[in-house]
Amino acid sequence: MKALVFCEHHDGAVTRGSLGVLSHAVSIGAEVAGVVAGSGVAGLAAEVGAHGAATVFVADAAALEAPLPQPRVDVLAKLVRDEGFDAVLFAQSVLAADVAAGLAARLGAGLNWDLVGLSADGVGKRAALADSVLVDVGWVGEPRIAVFRSGAFDAVATGAAAEIREVAVELEEFSQLATMVEQAHAQQQGPSIEDADVIVAGGRGLGAPEKFTLCEELAGALGGAVAATRAVVDAGWYPYSAQVGQTGKTVAPKLYVAVGISGAIQHKVGMQGSSVIVAINKDPNAPIFDFSDLGVVGDLNTIVPKLTELIRAQRS
Amino acid sequence: MKIAVCVKAVPDAGSGRRLDPSSHRLDRSGEPTLSDYDTHPIEEALKLKEATGDGEVVVLSMGPERTLDALRKALAMGADRAVLISDDALAGADLLGTAKALAGALAQEGADLILFGQQSADGDGACLWAAVAEYLRRPAISQVSELSVADGTLTGKRQTEYGYDTIRAPLPAVVAVSDAINVPRYPSLKGIMGAKKKPQEIRSAADVGGATEARTTVLALSPPAPRGESRRIEDDGSAAEQIVEFLAEKRLL
Amino acid sequence: MSARPSDFPPPWTTAEAIGAPSDPVDERIEVGFLVVGAGPAGLAAAIRLGQLAEDDPETAARLGDVPVAVLEKGKAPGSHLLSGAVVNPRSLQQLFRGRKRLDEIPAYGEVEAESVLYLTRKQAIRIPTPPTMVNERNLIVSVSRLGRWLAEEAEELGVTILPETSAAKLLVDGGRVVGVRTGDRGRGRGGEELGNFEPGSDVTARVTILAEGTQGHLTSAALQHFGLASDQPQVWALGVKEVWKVAKPLRRVIHTMGWPLRGAAKYREFGGSFIYPMGEEHVAIGLVVGLDYRDAELSVHDLLQELKTHPRVRSILAGGERVQWGAKTIPEGGFVALPKRFHAPGLLLTGDGVGLVNVPALKGVHYAIESGRLAAEAAWRTLAAGESLRAALASYDEAIRGSFIWDDLREVRNMRQAFGRGFVVGGALASAMTATKGKFPPRDLPTEPDASHTLISTGRAASYPAPDGTLTFDKLSSVFASGNRTRDDQPSHIRVASRVPKEVATMWANLCPAQVYEVGADDGTGTVEVHVAPSNCVQCGAITAKGGRLTPPEGGSGPEYTLT
Repeated sequence: MKALVFCEHHDGAVTRGSLGVLSHAVSIGAEVAGVVAGSGVAGLAAEVGAHGAATVFVADAAALEAPLPQPRVDVLAKLVRDEGFDAVLFAQSVLAADVAAGLAARLGAGLNWDLVGLSADGVGKRAALADSVLVDVGWVGEPRIAVFRSGAFDAVATGAAAEIREVAVELEEFSQLATMVEQAHAQQQGPSIEDADVIVAGGRGLGAPEKFTLCEELAGALGGAVAATRAVVDAGWYPYSAQVGQTGKTVAPKLYVAVGISGAIQHKVGMQGSSVIVAINKDPNAPIFDFSDLGVVGDLNTIVPKLTELIRAQRS
Repeated sequence: MKIAVCVKAVPDAGSGRRLDPSSHRLDRSGEPTLSDYDTHPIEEALKLKEATGDGEVVVLSMGPERTLDALRKALAMGADRAVLISDDALAGADLLGTAKALAGALAQEGADLILFGQQSADGDGACLWAAVAEYLRRPAISQVSELSVADGTLTGKRQTEYGYDTIRAPLPAVVAVSDAINVPRYPSLKGIMGAKKKPQEIRSAADVGGATEARTTVLALSPPAPRGESRRIEDDGSAAEQIVEFLAEKRLL
Repeated sequence: MSARPSDFPPPWTTAEAIGAPSDPVDERIEVGFLVVGAGPAGLAAAIRLGQLAEDDPETAARLGDVPVAVLEKGKAPGSHLLSGAVVNPRSLQQLFRGRKRLDEIPAYGEVEAESVLYLTRKQAIRIPTPPTMVNERNLIVSVSRLGRWLAEEAEELGVTILPETSAAKLLVDGGRVVGVRTGDRGRGRGGEELGNFEPGSDVTARVTILAEGTQGHLTSAALQHFGLASDQPQVWALGVKEVWKVAKPLRRVIHTMGWPLRGAAKYREFGGSFIYPMGEEHVAIGLVVGLDYRDAELSVHDLLQELKTHPRVRSILAGGERVQWGAKTIPEGGFVALPKRFHAPGLLLTGDGVGLVNVPALKGVHYAIESGRLAAEAAWRTLAAGESLRAALASYDEAIRGSFIWDDLREVRNMRQAFGRGFVVGGALASAMTATKGKFPPRDLPTEPDASHTLISTGRAASYPAPDGTLTFDKLSSVFASGNRTRDDQPSHIRVASRVPKEVATMWANLCPAQVYEVGADDGTGTVEVHVAPSNCVQCGAITAKGGRLTPPEGGSGPEYTLT
């Protein structure tokens, strides 16, 4: 497999997700190249090479400064045609998804998304229907375009150096019609539930609405968002915008900490796609322990503040 | 202003979504209903039409004939016309096949603004709009949580992992709206009763430019990987420390 | 201290469900005939009206743009329909005479074999099938699926079906029913108007046909308002049902009595279970228990879970998986609880809403369909020249009394009441009633309202199985399996006293199959708060029988049944 990995970047660094996809491509034995597109991004090539790309293509132009998808379709399409890649890999993000789909249409190529793995012989693994079933998916023809679930792979540094090649940037007229007026730079008050990598969720077991501060402090220490179950939202302890579950939001963060939540199915279907679930509950029979990765039977009133303290200490 | 809204009818969640074990495709034998995500672009289209005082809102979809029932909800909300692309040749079409057919119909409609909902409630996330915009060779903006149109230009607030970008594009343009953009109206009784009378057409694959071979395949289904060993601890005073250890092990810290 | 649920009535009055039209005249929606409820009765009425309109377009033209409209509070026709069911096909044959063949109607075939079993904890003893329960040539159906099909048939005849639309108020003007006001949509939990608030509308019609089913909201208000209710109170049973995908097909219709219900008179636990094949791949299993039971810990939901652990039942379900769950009440008062009249000015009453159910035979669907058909005929007569509206509607009463519905119900009229005396005595009385075709007993047995029985505690809950997630389930999982995804941020549609003796709250918590009620904090005097989680509600109606009141929530709420 000759794979091209789209290396997204933000605030001067290549995203962890992209580095993870690079590492995965290396691990399945593909010939791996990376592409970095932007303005003044030549410096990022080294990081891409250090995570396994043998070649790093740098597309550097003022017209690529704004993180808009359509000009990147032009860059990648040209690369695929010129270099003969048979696979183009993306780590899921708002930008990457649009680029991947536009590229698929440009090249008439198959696109499989939400993948958690890819084999050397070109079979993708996809978790479907709220993770209730695993589907093996394939492509007809080349290139194979694959979008991997955010956080599916760890980034593994190889420490190697890559060949860096500059590419000429030729953009279609229609690709330049959308223009960035004002770009977002940093998160304002913490991530929203939908975007958060970490969520700390509180349920009836908290005992009282004031206890939500325990969740808020832990979320703050972890850089995450706070969510709530239907029961506590119904009781007025937390706003509906924070409700996770069948009749609230569906989330799939890297880490979901469930505090005082029993784990009824109505809640489960809203968060069972989380990569890692840690549950803290004093009832050893709570159903949440059936689907959590780490189940902690104990008193949240002592455990959660201590946990927050330890994490703050570690991070500083 | 002519606004086209592309929607998807999905099997009703109430009937329990499942994959058909023989075809490996989503079992679509349940009642088709309008995807919840798609009520938002319809609402946005109606608001824009009401703001300008004139124009037309056309709702488009692709699927078996029964899909017309689901499109009637869009008409009941206030859309003016429904177009359904329906053809056996398009059954099981993948992203490109669907995008191409929609683009074919959209080119015929000549809409100023083309709206999509954020996510396909059954396919979970394929970016149909980006592929459609590519075929139409027009600008596309996704994850839009605020939209305004003035003098042939649209301005959208796109929600990314990092916050909100403000992006501008000249019409005609393709926009995928997030469900944060509005609270969709309930169809009024008068709207529901009047929906039947509004024009509804069916177009075949040939009408919209032919069908394309699927470029992806579904090979096999398997039960999900178990979550991996689940660990259980009882707090003996050191639970917090053990959790930190666990998180570090999982590279979450 | 022994509490009676009826001593703690809910904060609700009939006046909330009846009133004059309030929309300006030009904003009211006018239809020809209005049917409330897309169930077997309502759709039969709509279909018959559609047929009459098709046969006589000139007269139909006088009905305007929307000759027949059906309001349905569920997400779609069928979403709120649940029954066993084994249906006598005669009413469907009559309804579709000359237009459709019986084999075109969706069903799971005819009953091929049947048995009645008396269960003990470990055994199943076959007993002779009581004559009232013989089901030869009857059809096994899913009433939800049937409802969906009937709705399609109605639409083909030009009927307008309006799903996700609740009927909140009966509109009465000058002593006559002129239509119905639909429910608001888009209110928040505190009643405030949300961004997409859509007020209800006054829908007016020449004749309003109520086909709301069990615990009909407007029906019960109408019976009170127009003084139509029988002297004998209506009583109900709660049926909880599951649909299973099974590994091996079931080849007979099974009814059971006995375990896990207790036969002694003091418990008042009347009921039994049904296990019906649904084609080759599915089985329906349900437990029906009279709501006059006295044990505060009795939970029909959990008794069904217990029933499934019986070796005989377990073997039927082995290797299978539960695919749907639901619950609904059934009116059981029978003949003596029927209203004095089935019509009022501008109004016709049909189906389960007025109690047209044959309890010993477990039949109600075909009566509902026949009553709907007769209501349609009467409503159509209001268009005939020279016929007074009053006489036309009164002809419905005559038709009901002259029909097989009346004969059947009169014949079995005391059986349910007999079982208030326990299984053995009840059984003996029932046999005597059958043998004499209803002439015995000479004077009708009295009925007491379900909520009037004092509560007892017997530690019942100890025998309920802990849910294992494969054969047995907890209530929240069951609610999930009903397809319920009710919008949370809306006003509560449940009316119950908020502070009651602990026993009453415990009874409600166990009664409700959907875990809507929870026993709250005790104030130290044995009185507790009642916590209500209305979005769990599957609108079975049990609470109304036992001291509270169910009102219709926002249209589209509640279960989304497809196979029940």
